[in-house]
Amino acid sequence: MKLTLKIWKQKNAGSKGRFAKYDLDGVAAEMSFIEMLTYLNQTLIEKGEEPVAFEHDCHEGICGSCGMYINGYPHGHIKGMTTCLLSMRYFKDGDTIVVEPWRAKPFPVIKDLIVDRSAFDKIQAAGGFITVTAGAAPDANSMLVSKRNSDLAFDASICIGCGACVAACKNASAMLFVSAKVSQYALLPQGRPEAKERAKAMIAEMDRQGFGSCSNTGACEAQCPKQIKLFNIARLNREYYKAF
Amino acid sequence: MITLNSKIPGGPLEEKWTRYKANAKLVSPANKKKLDIIVVGTGISGAPAASALGELGYNVKVFCYQDTPRRAHSVAAQGGINAAKNYKNDGDSVYHLFYDIIKGGDFRAREGNVYRIAEVSNQVIDHFTAIGVPFAREYGGTLTTRSFGGVQVSRTFYSRGQTGQQVLLGAYSSLTRQIKEGTVTMYPRREMLDLVVVDGKARGIIVRNLLTGEIERHSAHAVVLATGGYGTIYYLSTLAVNSNASAAWKAYKRGAAFANPSFVQIHPSSVPQMNEFQSKLTLMSESLRNDGRVWVPKTKGDKRPANEIPDEERDYYLERRYPAFGNLVPRDVASRAAKERCDAGYGVGPTGLAVNLDFRDAINKQGKKAIEDKYGNLFEMYKDITGIDSYVEPMRIYPAGHYTMGGLWVDYELMTTIPGLFAVGESNFSDHGANRLGASSLMQGSGDGYFILPYTISNYLAPEIKTPRIKTDIPEFREAEEKAIERIKKLLAIKGKTTATDFHKKLGKIMWDHCGMTRNEAGLTEAISMIRGLRDEFWKDLIVPGRADELNQELEKAGRVADFLELGELMIIDALNRRESCGAHFREESQTADHEALRNDDEFAYVAAWEYNNDQPPILHKEELKFEFVELKQRSYK
Repeated sequence: MKLTLKIWKQKNAGSKGRFAKYDLDGVAAEMSFIEMLTYLNQTLIEKGEEPVAFEHDCHEGICGSCGMYINGYPHGHIKGMTTCLLSMRYFKDGDTIVVEPWRAKPFPVIKDLIVDRSAFDKIQAAGGFITVTAGAAPDANSMLVSKRNSDLAFDASICIGCGACVAACKNASAMLFVSAKVSQYALLPQGRPEAKERAKAMIAEMDRQGFGSCSNTGACEAQCPKQIKLFNIARLNREYYKAF
Repeated sequence: MITLNSKIPGGPLEEKWTRYKANAKLVSPANKKKLDIIVVGTGISGAPAASALGELGYNVKVFCYQDTPRRAHSVAAQGGINAAKNYKNDGDSVYHLFYDIIKGGDFRAREGNVYRIAEVSNQVIDHFTAIGVPFAREYGGTLTTRSFGGVQVSRTFYSRGQTGQQVLLGAYSSLTRQIKEGTVTMYPRREMLDLVVVDGKARGIIVRNLLTGEIERHSAHAVVLATGGYGTIYYLSTLAVNSNASAAWKAYKRGAAFANPSFVQIHPSSVPQMNEFQSKLTLMSESLRNDGRVWVPKTKGDKRPANEIPDEERDYYLERRYPAFGNLVPRDVASRAAKERCDAGYGVGPTGLAVNLDFRDAINKQGKKAIEDKYGNLFEMYKDITGIDSYVEPMRIYPAGHYTMGGLWVDYELMTTIPGLFAVGESNFSDHGANRLGASSLMQGSGDGYFILPYTISNYLAPEIKTPRIKTDIPEFREAEEKAIERIKKLLAIKGKTTATDFHKKLGKIMWDHCGMTRNEAGLTEAISMIRGLRDEFWKDLIVPGRADELNQELEKAGRVADFLELGELMIIDALNRRESCGAHFREESQTADHEALRNDDEFAYVAAWEYNNDQPPILHKEELKFEFVELKQRSYK
């Protein structure tokens, strides 16, 4: 199929970006969106033009490297999908596709479609852990966890840190990301000893990094490629109130 | 000239590690602060190593090419992590785990190392559970397990089909805590370009800042490589597309021996290649073979949809050939069996290079919900990629390059032939022999990082406490940096017509065709000259756009492909040298009457460790494998 691509080009954080238009012929329906962009880059390099910078690695929807707005939707319009797994069969011949980097103040653009998501690492470092050092752990079965809580913790823990929740939110809030981590640990007995400090510290760091507040629109849940649920935010709020 | 000394402690198998620890030298907390350790890589060996060393109080510097340590490719490991907990009361023990790994590796690994990893496996599960990894549980609240290939017990702990993600994020969470505490400094978006050796000891690395292109010098008292495997040499593999061999390769060229480079695991179940643009073969976890049955039609070229082929016209060839293990034979055996059926013309799908993995019977018996609980995310991913709903019709799978058992040679202390250079996880060769069993890589990587390296590195560093912080303005650093810059300039100056990706694809095809699932003398010999030709072409016709002093993803790729073009030749040299079949290394000249791998223990019961020899052919050093505790047997899963 033949596509028209409007892709954001920006040299670095300091410079002004713009949309560049590319006509791309020979796109196959079996390609993933990332493979389509790689194919675009091959043609650009062969023509002596500068390729588009974007991030991708595992191509299995698990590393969280990829991420871009595709026609205004983080990771594209298909629910529960990362950009790397988004198949070109969801597009048709003659389509115009607009591709942009995450738009959020805490995620400054590095180049083209690549943004700096290190703010997430800082939030994690603020309290997203259980302080048990290597060698200190008791036997794994010494602590029983109900299957229900364990499964809920798992459902929260599958966040890939891609940043789509922030990109989807009109306030650029990172509440879904923070709530996933806080929920995972809050639901497990191992995580309770530090629960208060964790909720406080992660929220404080989230604010410090410049993420906005949550106004419960649910856009984050709708666009999360791992479909992490909004009720984790309710749990985060509860954990946070309990912390004071 | 290097000498190999494996340093395996004496005594009974079960006492070796205890004895080692009892005799290993310690470093006091006050002195640990003065010692710098570099860790390269943040996967399931690097992140545990870095956090554990940070917890101990060493001054740790960690490097990864990703934007954050959480994205290392261990994150994609699916099926699980083994441990000899025997929670199922099914007769498991440390010895059984040890024996399964030794046998699964076709008796080409060291007894001492393998026993030790089996021993620490239980601590690994305890630790991950304590730091909040949500492993699957029974209704009563205890941890549950499942079975994997090549074993007859249930010892694999798991988090649905994304265990790697869960354990890696657990390790990452501890790593970030140490970063915050200041014992670990994180350097993301850095690629290691060279190792710096001073007076015979590893003392630092040269890295490129991938955002600015700046070349940086970093020094330490010891360097740990946790840089993973080199399966992306096949271009299409189950690995992340940016995974690469460059760090290990640079260490090799600085004097670290490379062991068994030809031992590559071809995983039996990945989504088959669908088109020429494909960049990646996505793994479908081995755990699926717990419930999925592998089959092809009994009639050649049967093009009917799978569901229309009645049972009596299906060939469940794994169950037929291996009644004792059935669909859960080890990976090398399952891969070759699939290739055999497809080569004989029984393959399915548009290309004929695929076999069915069918869940019909399991769904009928256990219900869709039970299958969804166990493998939900895998079924979703398969559907995302292929558009096929495997709850209704079988998955189509085909083997793909996956894991490299070969890697940097290390002794019992996980130290390479360069003093002060350690290699952990997949980047070393140590535990899996000629074939790795499923769910053993997360176990080995995290075991190395959390519970082995911290002891062995202290033994090395104890005499170093008087060595002041290593300066980076010395000639050794300058020389290495200049060499790295020189190569970047050379890559940019070619200004040819062919992209690094195109060269990578060509290399991948040579390797897959001639040094993949099966190998033979003629094919390997031909492949050497093909690779040499391709390498010449690369240095004449490569095109890299952009500059050195900016973010330049094509330049990154070019450097990695340049190294793969050299490593490929070493893999082939090793495969040619080993005129026997063992595990994943299948030499067509060496097989039994029913086409199983035929070992030659008299001539090849050794680790082949290769020493770099500049422009001359590499030098082979043999580490004889002594089996004091197990009897060498022809592997049988029938």
